[in-house]
Amino acid sequence: MNLKQLDKYRWEVPKSGRMRVPGLIYSDSSMMKAVQKEEAFKQVANVATLPGIFKESLAMPDIHWGYGFPIGGVAAFDWDKGIISPGGVGYDVNCGVRLAGTSLIETDIHNKLEELANALHQGVPCGVGSTGAIKLSKKDEKKVLEQGSQWAVKQGYGRSRDIEHTEDRGCMHNADPDAVSKRALERGRKQLGTLGGGNHFLEIGVVDKVYDEGTAAIFGLFKGQVTLMIHSGSRGLGYQVCDDSLAFMTKHVRKLGIKLPDRQLSCAFIQSKEGQQYFNTMACAANYAWANRQILMHLAENMFLKAINISPKNLGMQLVYDVCHNIAKKEDHMINGKKRTVCVHRKGATRSFAPGHPAVCEDFRSEGQPVIIPGDMGTASYVLAGTETAMEKTFGSTCHGAGRVLSRKGAKKASKGRAIHRELADKGIFVRWTGRATLAEEMPDAYKNITKVVNVVHGAGISRKVAKLRPVVVVKG
Amino acid sequence: MKYRVIDHTADFGIHVFGFDPKDLFENAAHALFDVTAELGTVNAVDAIELRIIGDDWQDLMINWLREVLFLWTGKEKLGKFTKILSIKETSLISMIYYEPFFPERHVIKNEIKAVTYHQIEVKEGREGWEAKVIFDV
Repeated sequence: MNLKQLDKYRWEVPKSGRMRVPGLIYSDSSMMKAVQKEEAFKQVANVATLPGIFKESLAMPDIHWGYGFPIGGVAAFDWDKGIISPGGVGYDVNCGVRLAGTSLIETDIHNKLEELANALHQGVPCGVGSTGAIKLSKKDEKKVLEQGSQWAVKQGYGRSRDIEHTEDRGCMHNADPDAVSKRALERGRKQLGTLGGGNHFLEIGVVDKVYDEGTAAIFGLFKGQVTLMIHSGSRGLGYQVCDDSLAFMTKHVRKLGIKLPDRQLSCAFIQSKEGQQYFNTMACAANYAWANRQILMHLAENMFLKAINISPKNLGMQLVYDVCHNIAKKEDHMINGKKRTVCVHRKGATRSFAPGHPAVCEDFRSEGQPVIIPGDMGTASYVLAGTETAMEKTFGSTCHGAGRVLSRKGAKKASKGRAIHRELADKGIFVRWTGRATLAEEMPDAYKNITKVVNVVHGAGISRKVAKLRPVVVVKG
Repeated sequence: MKYRVIDHTADFGIHVFGFDPKDLFENAAHALFDVTAELGTVNAVDAIELRIIGDDWQDLMINWLREVLFLWTGKEKLGKFTKILSIKETSLISMIYYEPFFPERHVIKNEIKAVTYHQIEVKEGREGWEAKVIFDV
């Protein structure tokens, strides 16, 4: 397969075989080598074969090999005649990130980083199979699945303002808890308010650089400011929803006679009973994830207050924004000059809506939607803003993070004989972790250079740089 | 060798071997137990029976490992070994020996989110049976 470079940041995967549309990868020439070696572009081509796909099968610069769709994949399907696919969302439904600002500056906490690291690690349940402080009744769990972060706020975990600053106000309204399997419900009851393992984390950071003073101020960010970032998702409930859906869709798709290059691309027409069942249970998982991050932020804020002995007013923690980066959404987009309703799949990609879009909360409508891009634990994270170019070219989407370059074993090998936590401490970053292998597997070298990824989306205009954050405390599962 | 770990950039899975389907499926469950927890810390204190159905060998393998994984992710029980009582291409019956999870004593090695259909292989080769299964981690 020959990839055709279109301009500095875009490569086309030309239409061939059963592809209905071409593929398009946002990248730069240094990162394209890995894409070609890994053959993730073949997955971009596979997605292009699915019924109802519009314009192009897209990939963001943090593209890497996934199951079914590539990670970093974006595809929009005709709402009336197209498909929806659990493999286009991923197992961790509504895995996402939230960023909160504080009134503190770096010097307020630089002597207390170790206390903060310990407090967050002890006060926020994390690690594989961790269970939460909240035990949900069956009735309350249904409310979580229906209401998302609004349920959490009603229970006292956070403030009503947080809702405004959450994508979709923290709730997808099509959620149907009665369609969720017993197994998923069982897994969900025990895990609300837990971070999980793997690449999920809590991070205290400092605003290191501001690219756009005006936008940063409106987002509530300033240079030297202390921030809190949370990366987590829908935990076991989401994995189970995805798994259950794949199980019935692999059978369903065979009946439909759709030829798939990969069973993991199993799908159903959005308007079919099966398609609706997935969409409505996925929404439950998405709502669970929003409630989860809302509760995690509340727990983290409490530990913050305790560790540095300060009042909530003086801490001044305020949610900047919460974004999801594994999701399928019903959205309207202009396609060839015509407004169309589509199902946008973002798998390891973030919504990046332009200034003026009605889905962007009023506080930020003049600037575009805040986009939170977490980097690896030793480097940096970015805050971007959505743009009109994203609306025109990528169904209002941009990248989601760094993307792996080393396998887990590869990372362990590369970390052999090194004390990763000490290397990070030398850079002024305090790390706490739970899983034995987590720290090695998640070492900075295991990830792509986040700055390169962000420079592509900024250069291509599908989001623009607002601020850069540097980590000082990281808590891993 | 019962199995080896498959380890690519974003992939983590198992390449399993067996004399026959029974041996292969037992070894696949063993591999999943082994990548999940430090098996030396787990005792077989209780057992349950599982009945699995599938459309073909591949589907049966996925459904089998799905159930084996759910024992841990849904029931918080760590598997030690399995004993397959009967197996054919579309169904199997097996006993699973396990211990309820004790966080103070058991060592968890990896979080396996799910068993995927990605590049699934189950086949009879020249020297017996083999399977490749990729996990979402």
